[in-house]
Amino acid sequence: MSEKNYYLPPQRILEVHNLTLSFQLYNGVNHVIRDVSFHLDKGETLAIVGESGSGKSVTTKAILGLIDENGRIERGEILFRVSDDEVLDLTKCDLDTFQKKIRGSKIAIIFQDPMTALNPTMPVGKQIMEGMLEHGKVKSKAEAKRRSLALLEEVGIDQPNKRFKQYPHQLSGGMRQRVVIAIALACEPDLLIADEPTTALDVTIQAQILDLIKDIQKRLNISIIFITHDLGVVANMADRVAVMYAGKIVEEGLADEVFYAPVHPYTWGLLSSLPSIKGTDRHIYSIPGSPPNLIFPPQGDAFAYRSEYALVADFESDPPMFEVSKTHKAATWLLDKRAPKLKMPHLLKERIEAMKKEHGSHE
Amino acid sequence: MVKYVLKRLFWALVTVLLILFILFLLLEFMPGSPFNEEKLTVDQIRILKEHYGLDKPFFEKFWIFLVNATKGDFGISYNLQKNMKVSQIVMPRLWVSVRLGLQAIGLGSVMGVILGVISGSNQNNWKDSVATIMAVVGVSIPSFVFALTLSFLLGYKIPIFSMIYQANHPFASTILPTISLSLFTMAQVTRFLRTELVEVMDSEYIRLATVKGLSRIKILFKHGFRNALISVVTIFGPLVVNVLTGSLVIEKIFSIPGIGGLLVLAIQSSDYNIIVMVTFIYSVLYIAVNLLVDVLYGVIDPRIRVSKGA
Amino acid sequence: MSEKEFPYPLKSPEDLVKEDFKHVGYLNLPQQEMIQGTGISNLKDAWLRFCKNKGALVGLIIILIILFWAIIGPMISGYRYDLVHKGWNNLPPKMPALSFLFDGTERGVDIYAKIGVEQNFWFGTDELGRDLFTRVWEGTRVSFIIAFVAVIIDMLFGVTYGMISGYFGGVVDMVMQRILEIINGIPNLVVVTLFVLVFKPGMLTIILSLMITGWINMSRVVRSQVLKYKEQEFVLAAKVLGANGFMILLKEVLPNILGQMIVMTMFSIPNAIFYEAFLAFVGLGLREPFASLGSLINKGYNSMLTHMHLLLFPVIVLALLMLCFNLIADGLRDAFDPKMKGF
Repeated sequence: MSEKNYYLPPQRILEVHNLTLSFQLYNGVNHVIRDVSFHLDKGETLAIVGESGSGKSVTTKAILGLIDENGRIERGEILFRVSDDEVLDLTKCDLDTFQKKIRGSKIAIIFQDPMTALNPTMPVGKQIMEGMLEHGKVKSKAEAKRRSLALLEEVGIDQPNKRFKQYPHQLSGGMRQRVVIAIALACEPDLLIADEPTTALDVTIQAQILDLIKDIQKRLNISIIFITHDLGVVANMADRVAVMYAGKIVEEGLADEVFYAPVHPYTWGLLSSLPSIKGTDRHIYSIPGSPPNLIFPPQGDAFAYRSEYALVADFESDPPMFEVSKTHKAATWLLDKRAPKLKMPHLLKERIEAMKKEHGSHE
Repeated sequence: MVKYVLKRLFWALVTVLLILFILFLLLEFMPGSPFNEEKLTVDQIRILKEHYGLDKPFFEKFWIFLVNATKGDFGISYNLQKNMKVSQIVMPRLWVSVRLGLQAIGLGSVMGVILGVISGSNQNNWKDSVATIMAVVGVSIPSFVFALTLSFLLGYKIPIFSMIYQANHPFASTILPTISLSLFTMAQVTRFLRTELVEVMDSEYIRLATVKGLSRIKILFKHGFRNALISVVTIFGPLVVNVLTGSLVIEKIFSIPGIGGLLVLAIQSSDYNIIVMVTFIYSVLYIAVNLLVDVLYGVIDPRIRVSKGA
Repeated sequence: MSEKEFPYPLKSPEDLVKEDFKHVGYLNLPQQEMIQGTGISNLKDAWLRFCKNKGALVGLIIILIILFWAIIGPMISGYRYDLVHKGWNNLPPKMPALSFLFDGTERGVDIYAKIGVEQNFWFGTDELGRDLFTRVWEGTRVSFIIAFVAVIIDMLFGVTYGMISGYFGGVVDMVMQRILEIINGIPNLVVVTLFVLVFKPGMLTIILSLMITGWINMSRVVRSQVLKYKEQEFVLAAKVLGANGFMILLKEVLPNILGQMIVMTMFSIPNAIFYEAFLAFVGLGLREPFASLGSLINKGYNSMLTHMHLLLFPVIVLALLMLCFNLIADGLRDAFDPKMKGF
């Protein structure tokens, strides 16, 4: 662990700078994260959106120091505010620091599949209490139990006294995910990572869990990184959205900016492929081709190979991040002043107009 | 759960009955009947047969055999200790064997668990390698080869331990036999526990325990080890078989007055009643252990406990 | 894969000129310049993984060496395994090549000189003056024969039983599975002992007794595979067209369980060798003058303290055989399916 003093602005909890990470595989080096930077303020929700394999999950694993043995952080830093006057670079932390200072107590995570995330041979109550006792958040077992019961109630589980003693397989999928959330909240972390928390659940339960997370965020004012492949899910969850493709962030901005004024062709593709709520569209758009194999990252803008908006420059050179506004950035040569003024697909434009109207009428 | 146990009990009973029937057939049709070797007249044989009830119809004889067997009466010894009740020969020796078996399984499991944890929690470094090699050797080397080596080295070359059993030192003189018998148990438990532990440690709930910020020891023991150990219970059936098999040769090598050595002697001298009783005891032991293991597994694993109760 | 030249050169952002910002649209260019090598077949893949396993490879080499000696040994020794020679009894081993270890002396006395024996007995002789070298390799032959015959029979048995049980299903399956459960409920040891007791001790008896219990796992695997394939459309379709469903199943199921079959077979080899040696040691194996490793060990054990060599050589060979076959089996299991667990 380095003793160097890092600086973060006071309202900021996390800053990732130029994170570059690769895995050594038997057939080559997989460059899963390529030069990723983003930041997160206190009480803010950032959604990271992308297809599977875009590197979004690995990014959060890097934050928690959960990279497998064959993974290597090549470059970059992850600055995290542990307390008002202590900031750590998580890429340089050792395991002990992670266990004692970070995991559970400061950063918690909700995994994708609640069916496998809980220890099958331990009552759920005990699994919630464990973290509090470990990090000394409670003085006695009795207090831990009281708080766990309160937590169970808070995450919307009825009969907490009964559930407390039950084993995971006695609970339904939705209830298990609530327990996982309770475990994550046990030590009142500053940052909660939700890694596709609803993907493995039934559609009806998905909405409940999303509401719960939103509710918790409001009440506890914690920061959330929300990982998902489903732009629709993040629409009313996130303050800001980062879109990842092939190990890079291709567009980043306030949720409204990314939703209503997207500039990157990949974001256009993602938004176009969302099924419309009204179901009036004749066909659902799908992006041609498949994401690249990052053992051999393609030259230039990785998405150009699947894009109808590709410029010659896209194949020749990596686009830098162009600023659209103070809060809105995107990596595409389309934003260069020499580029032709290509517009987003007409259908998408119509759709966004419709969404805006709908949203406006709700306010 | 109750229904499950009853069903298992029923099949165990069927198996025991079948074994008894096979044993009975064996007695009926053995080429060397106990009276063949002696120079007896036809009349004498008839009288003898009448005396032992061997002239009755087949099923009546089986019934008598069955009733007697459940009482623990397997007739008398024909050769080894003439006219002595088989149960009187077998029973005192049974406890010597059971004691040795329990010592071996106990030692083997404890050693196996220790080695398994060392190996499973230090994957692919030298500790793992040593434990893995010990396990492969333990599984491979026949117990009698190991016993002979031990007895030669530690009983004869460097005489630390006794080479043969001494009734007045039942523990000290069974140290070498116990070690020899426990080798396989140790190796199997090590191997099984390692595989289980590796699999468990790769599971999602271990990852959750890790991100809770628990210490490595707590993750390993409270979450990993506990779950891996539960499944180790399932291999105790095969382990008991191995200890039974091993006891035959081990008791022979160390001159231990147990039922294994007795069975060998009885086979060599065609003393059928003893063979029948000892084989019967072996079978019942095996079936009982298997039954016990299944029930126990249901009790200690909450997943099964509940689904069977429902 | 035809290697087309990638149409665009790599440029740094400063070098981009106005022309580079031409809209070209979706070109369907290859995203990867290199395509990975063609897929290797399962068996070949497994073999490659097996070769990476040092223990298994060493095991294989040692087995081959032992097999070589088992074949060659009795031929080159110049003695028959049952050739009794009075006066040459219990000679200690004498190997000129390893004279620092085996120089023909026992407790400091050169027995060969004392008795006046010219020949060198590499492994020494037994109490009847028979050449132990010949007898040990004869015994090893027995182990190999037992192992391979037992394996073949148990494979045939297991596959047939599993096929029939799975293919016919219903009552047949129920009855056959119950029988299996009962057989499984009787300890191996009891079965083998009784079998050897009823029939005359000998090679065939031992093989037969192994047959009774050795194939249960195999039949279970085959059965579950058959059940899986039985309901698949192409099998049903073939049946409707009048083809022999049984043969189709055989053709479909066998390749799928080949890996597991090989692994199971490899595990049953040391098992068979062990049971033969065990029975011989207890006195239920091959009878004199035939030699088997177990009976040699039994003899050697009786004179362990006076003539150690009688025990030493068969023990080493048996231990090596068991260890190496287990190493190979472990290696194969890992090679075919790294996640497969012991059965």
